[in-house]
Amino acid sequence: MPAMNTRLNPPMKLAIQSLLAHGPVDAAAIDKFLKTHSFPLIEGRNATFVYRGPGDQVNLRHWVFGLGSSQPFTRVGNSDFWYHTLELPPQSRVEYKLEVILGGVGTWIRDPFNPNLAHDPFGANSVAHGQGYKTPGWTEHDPEARPGTMVETQLENTPLGTQRVSIYLPARFRESRRYPLLIVHDGGDYMRYAALKTVLDNLIHRLEVAPLVAAVTHPGDRIGEYPNNPSHAAFIAEHLLPFMESRYPLYAAPAARCLMGASFGGVASLSTAWRYPGTFGRLLLQSGSFAFTDIGESKRGPVFARVVEFVNAFRESPGRPSDKVYLSCGTYESLIYENRSLVPLLQSTGMEVKYEEARDGHNWENWRDRLRSGLSWLFPGPLWMVYE
Amino acid sequence: MTRGVLLGPQRHHQIVDKAADMLGIDGQIAAVTAGWQEREAEDQELCAALGNRAVNLMLHARAETAFREDPELFAAHRAKQDRLRQLQDLYRLRLASHLKAARRVQQAQAPRDLIESELEEAVQAIRLLDAHHVAKTQHIQKDFDRKVKPLERPAVVKQLKEIEAILAGCAGVAIAGGHVAVLYNRLRLFDLGPRLADLPIIAWSAGAMVVASRIVLFHDSPPQGRGNAEVLEGGLGLFPGVVPLPHARRRLNLQDPGRITVFARRFAPATCVALDERCFIHFEGPRWSAGANTFQLRTDGHLVALH
Repeated sequence: MPAMNTRLNPPMKLAIQSLLAHGPVDAAAIDKFLKTHSFPLIEGRNATFVYRGPGDQVNLRHWVFGLGSSQPFTRVGNSDFWYHTLELPPQSRVEYKLEVILGGVGTWIRDPFNPNLAHDPFGANSVAHGQGYKTPGWTEHDPEARPGTMVETQLENTPLGTQRVSIYLPARFRESRRYPLLIVHDGGDYMRYAALKTVLDNLIHRLEVAPLVAAVTHPGDRIGEYPNNPSHAAFIAEHLLPFMESRYPLYAAPAARCLMGASFGGVASLSTAWRYPGTFGRLLLQSGSFAFTDIGESKRGPVFARVVEFVNAFRESPGRPSDKVYLSCGTYESLIYENRSLVPLLQSTGMEVKYEEARDGHNWENWRDRLRSGLSWLFPGPLWMVYE
Repeated sequence: MTRGVLLGPQRHHQIVDKAADMLGIDGQIAAVTAGWQEREAEDQELCAALGNRAVNLMLHARAETAFREDPELFAAHRAKQDRLRQLQDLYRLRLASHLKAARRVQQAQAPRDLIESELEEAVQAIRLLDAHHVAKTQHIQKDFDRKVKPLERPAVVKQLKEIEAILAGCAGVAIAGGHVAVLYNRLRLFDLGPRLADLPIIAWSAGAMVVASRIVLFHDSPPQGRGNAEVLEGGLGLFPGVVPLPHARRRLNLQDPGRITVFARRFAPATCVALDERCFIHFEGPRWSAGANTFQLRTDGHLVALH
């Protein structure tokens, strides 16, 4: 049996070790093993992945920055049964695929033994949940939660041309009230892959987040629009914001305006606030692509060129773009170091900063799972005072 | 002594009509929905549940009118509320360390008898702090009453006359939940505690909280903060001896005997009652009884049925 990761918990005898402990394993024993466990098999800090089928080689392909992105499975004897054990710390959430190589051709597939999937704009990945991780109940449909409504609109003649915006109005919306405004970058993806509407419905229903209006934006070319693009910032601050404040009953104050985004959307949020200081008093930045250089060229490629240019300029002269910033990042992301290093810089500007890390990667369910913490901190609801 | 029924949430499973029957209310019912704030008038469901015999006292709207007509009253009320909020913040700071001490004593490695006696001391310190806080809030409220004399101001007197006229034609009162501080403030502004005491009262959720002797705010796992239950104010004191805890199953960690112990001991000798859906407690003067599936948080950390 091959040596396993040296950080595995040594005292625990894993199920796969027990299976292999008594010499060759026949097909019936493998069948029984597969039937009597669910996979990946989580035992303490260890996750055992399995594959059964034809192949010359099987690899675990994942998006954990700290580990080699391809981890080879071990074949059991001459059978068609393969396995790999990986350290998976408690509370982890790891998205992955299996790469099956047969006849020199590699095919990436979802784990046939794992029903847990996470969707993103590129399709779906299998998901391994470390010990203790549980999909938060507030991310799932709650029949008791009164649903908000979505209104579709288009803004014409913006610096980015015609822009589609989906507007979320909370349950029991009333013209006579005033609401804070949340502007969401990559809004369509947040709705599809991070259950944003369900999350807002639930958190508002649970009184954890104040009833709010959200402007859900849909970028055309996000790679062009999001990294410190003056046209994008003007669209948000000079077109979308005035439109929303003229059409809906919003508090016209920076403390009631939040820009939110993940990845490049985080850059778009921060750079827009930076270009329009004193306008957006709240920022929710998730796994922001805050790449920078201290000297020389960035190794992240041309897509990041304008990002690096912005972040370098921001680090040089941050000003005070907002008042309260929620920042989160997954510890399995390459961006973890950039995000960590941003925290003291943001704090040095006098802004109030809340920073959280999770054992997760650069993906929509990571961003979904942090929404409760971020939104309830930026726009706390009347939980403590309301008993209906 | 006041007769009444305190209920759990009514949104999904309404039993206000049964409560009215229990109290033998035969006639119009004055409804208080001030906790719903600007949605106060959206009481159609409630009226239907009460057999279309409810008349809404509209306390929230009446207070807004009085504030509009009497800016000095409004300014003084706002200043009082600001002071109460500041006091609440200071109380929270002290409370956090008291509760932390009690929890650490509970978890300490020491002989059981020593832990028990030290825990009792720690809980007693919390009781004293709670009592001190209630006394301070009462002082602020009385100071406001003495200086501002709200019940002598024309803007309030006008509303109060209309309220009393409605109450004169009612055989009972129904107090709904909502924002507990807003509800309490409106009831207090019009000094309705003594005025309601002669009528049978049905109250649920925040409504049940304000008619008790202490208004206890609670949530064991809020998204922000430590979830330390805290006393807001003294309440109207119409139904002493109980601490109503609406939505207890959702808001409290009832699987944690350590938390339940401290909670129940802190408010003893009052009984902490979990008021979830379909639950009730029925007061006939000083005596009370509970409905099926209505539970008490006991000082030994267990949850027991009161029925």
